[in-house]
Order: sequence, then structure tokens, then C-alpha cells
Amino acid sequence: MKNTALTRTHIAAGAKMVPFAGYNMPVSYTGINDEHAAVRKNAGVFDVSHMGEFILKGEHALDLIQRVTSNDAAKLKAGQAQYSCLPNNEGGIVDDLLVYCMEEDKVYMLVVNASNIEKDWDWISQFNSNNVEMHNISDKTGLLAVQGPNATRILQPLTEIDLMNMPYYTFAKGRFAGVDNVVISATGYTGAGGVEIYFPVETDDEDNNAVKIWNAIFEVGMADGIKPAGLGARDTLRLEMGYCLYGNDIDDTTSPLEAGLGWITKFTKDFTNCTALQEQKKAGLKRKLVGFEMVDKGIPRHDYEIADEQGAAIGIVTSGTQSPSLGKAIGMGYVNTAFASIGTPIFIRVREKLLQARVAKLPFA
Amino acid sequence: MNYPDNLRYTKDHEWVSLEGNVATIGITEFAQGELGDIVYVEVETIGKPLAAGEVFGTVEAVKTVSDLFLPVAGTITELNDALGSSPELVNSDPYGKGWMVKMTVDNPAEVESLLDASGYQSVVG
Repeated sequence: MKNTALTRTHIAAGAKMVPFAGYNMPVSYTGINDEHAAVRKNAGVFDVSHMGEFILKGEHALDLIQRVTSNDAAKLKAGQAQYSCLPNNEGGIVDDLLVYCMEEDKVYMLVVNASNIEKDWDWISQFNSNNVEMHNISDKTGLLAVQGPNATRILQPLTEIDLMNMPYYTFAKGRFAGVDNVVISATGYTGAGGVEIYFPVETDDEDNNAVKIWNAIFEVGMADGIKPAGLGARDTLRLEMGYCLYGNDIDDTTSPLEAGLGWITKFTKDFTNCTALQEQKKAGLKRKLVGFEMVDKGIPRHDYEIADEQGAAIGIVTSGTQSPSLGKAIGMGYVNTAFASIGTPIFIRVREKLLQARVAKLPFA
Repeated sequence: MNYPDNLRYTKDHEWVSLEGNVATIGITEFAQGELGDIVYVEVETIGKPLAAGEVFGTVEAVKTVSDLFLPVAGTITELNDALGSSPELVNSDPYGKGWMVKMTVDNPAEVESLLDASGYQSVVG
């Protein structure tokens, strides 16, 4: 199992560690509800250094990205980022990712899920017929997500980059907490605002950049009550926003259109499987990913069956939890299109019982 | 972690406190820590005779769900009502206000065969 540059720091802070995507990661420190509330109301810090980063360079870099991703990366100017996905040839999704435009038409950074680093690398490489320079910098790149309504105000003293006025899905490169070559982007997976901070690390170095930046953040944020947050809260926060988690809500078998990712599927350009996806759109979707909230008492979990009132299967739960912000159980899942409109009563099979739920508008919170 | 000497324990991380033939059951400090924030405790086996090791309910945490196993044979008579509105008592006071059920025990001597505090301590390491 791999460690991040901060694994020892997490253990020393009393984090509960779990294996995740081959990494030893903190799932919680003080409890999911506590960390969740800190991020929603104030600020929390996630070590997400397990995420993968690829640099694509050269005159054909944009062509390659356009070929493998569903969103239109040609729209990106330097300093802008976009959410996208890598469709496969069978109608599913290889991975979802962020595309950063470092230099227009020349240099891009792709940020991919930790569990898919090798798969994505191999997938993209097979389309690289024009010798785009590709670098997998995942092991040399640390990533902290500092999220919450007060995050940018708290962090501002650590950098000259204007964090507080950084538009959503833009980024800047510069010095942060005394570390150079840091990329700070106004992105995140919580819906709470804040930034994500990418920096170079050497994992075998005790006094590495990651520890330096982590300590600087807690020093400057201590008075404001900034907290470390783990993967548990990251999951409840993203689920309240209705953000897809690869491996749960989207995977090799789910269509981006069914997953509600039509907004990042641009048929104005040519990309993997675009003809079939366009036909799927024309023919109408058979199932859709929806959000739902429980009416009866019970918590939906991944892979629980979704049924109609008579108990006939109409879908499957992909994510579910007790929402810490709302104090009620919420979930996402695929249902036959006839059951996808907001307010439709559906039933979740929880331990052989059918519990009532209702299709709900996303985001939940 | 705290494992009181006056309680008996199971490998499934329940604790038992016996008075006469009435046992109080809960989950250990280790168990609540592993589960994390507990959302609710579901017990639908009140009044039904159960064997030792049978599932008597489930505990739902934010992150996960876990079955509850009856430590000894008997019949559950009562669920801790306070958990309905304050399930977090299981996290904050697992051996006190966070108790889960009371039961009448078929054979009180069976409780003696369960793990003592040091035996349980070696289970959780």
C-alpha cells in the first residue's frame, strides 16, 4: 500500500486510516459529522494526494485531449479548468477527470481518480499517435483540498495569488507557504467553496513540501478553527451536492448521458464513442441517475435494489448516506426513466424490506 | 480504550451486563469507534426468543451498516428509547446511556462463558 507525503502527519493527528485505491488514507479525524459541518460552515483540509496527475505537452496535446474526453477542451484558455470524462467504446466511462489548461494549445494537466491512474494512462496512450509528450507526475505531486466558505480568507496570508477573487474553475501558479510552483485552483468536490492546491513533493523526505504546507495552513487557520477532514466527510459532502463518484455512480458500464453528464458531453466535436452516444440521446435514455431522499426510516447503500410500489425492480442505488447537513437519509441511483421525475415515489429494498423514498432535486443541500 | 471489568464481551464487539436473569447489551468503545457517527439502531426482534449469535438488529452509521449479534440465548424485552432521538449516545457513552437492549437470559451461566475485559482486549489488540 502506498503512503502520501502526509501519512505520518495524519496518524500523528489521530486519524483513522483506511486503504483506499491502494493508498493508506485518513477516513476521519474527529468524526464524519464534525468534519462535514466544519467544511460546510467554516473550512476543512483534505489530503487528496492520492489523485493522479498527467501532463500532456506539445502541438498535438489539445487534439489528443479532444479525442479522448467528452467536454470541449478547445474552449479553455490558460488558467482555466474543466470537468470532463473519458468515454469508452462500449457506452461507459473510463474515468471522470479535470482538464487544466496550463498553456493554451500547448500544455495541459489532467487530474484523474487514484484508482484509475494506470487504466487512464494506458487508455489515453493508445490514442497518442502524434507523439504528444506525456508525463505521469502523480507520485511527485501532492494535493490538498481546502474547502469551505472561509477557506480562501483563511489561506490568503499564505500567498500573493488573489484567492478571494479567483473565479470558479480557474487557477493560478505561484508561491504558497514558501513553496514554489504551486498550482491553486478554485475547484473542489464539496460544493462548499474553497481551493485545491497542487504542489511538488518528494515522498521519502520527512520535511517535505506537503508537511510544510499542511503545517502552514493549520498555523494560519488555527484561530479560525480550520479542521482536518477525511474521505468520509468528502463522501457525504459530495453526495449532498449530487456529484458522481467513479466506481459508485459512474463506471465502465454507465453512460455519461444516463449519469446526468450531458452538460460535459459535447457533440460539437469528435471523441470516443460520440456517434453511439448521440444515437442514445436521440433514441431517449432508458434509465437515469437520480437523487432521492428517504421517506421511511432507513439508509440506502451502494447496490441496494430500487423497486416500484409492487416490489418490481426498477433500478439500483449507487450511493447513499445519512446527510449530516439535512439530518435525513439521501442517495443516488439509476432508475427506469419513467420513475426519474422529481417527486416520484420509489422504494429501496433494505434488508428485505421495501422502504419508501422520493426522487429529489439535486443538489440536496 | 476503555473496557470495564464488570462487563462481559463477545468477539462481535458487544458487551453484556447481567443482573439476575436480565442482561443489558451494548456495543464496545472499539466498535463505536470503528463504525463512526451512529445514525440509528434498528431492533425488530423484541419478544422473540433468539439463540446465541443470532442477528437481533442492525446499527446504521453514516459510513456503514453493521449487524448486531445476540451474545447469549434469550428474549429481548426492551430497546433503549433514548437512542431514537439521540443515537449518538452510542458513540459518546457506549457503556452507559448508549446501551441498546435489555433481555431475559435463558441461562445466566452462559454469560460467564463470554470474554472478560482482558480477553476482549486481546481480541481487539
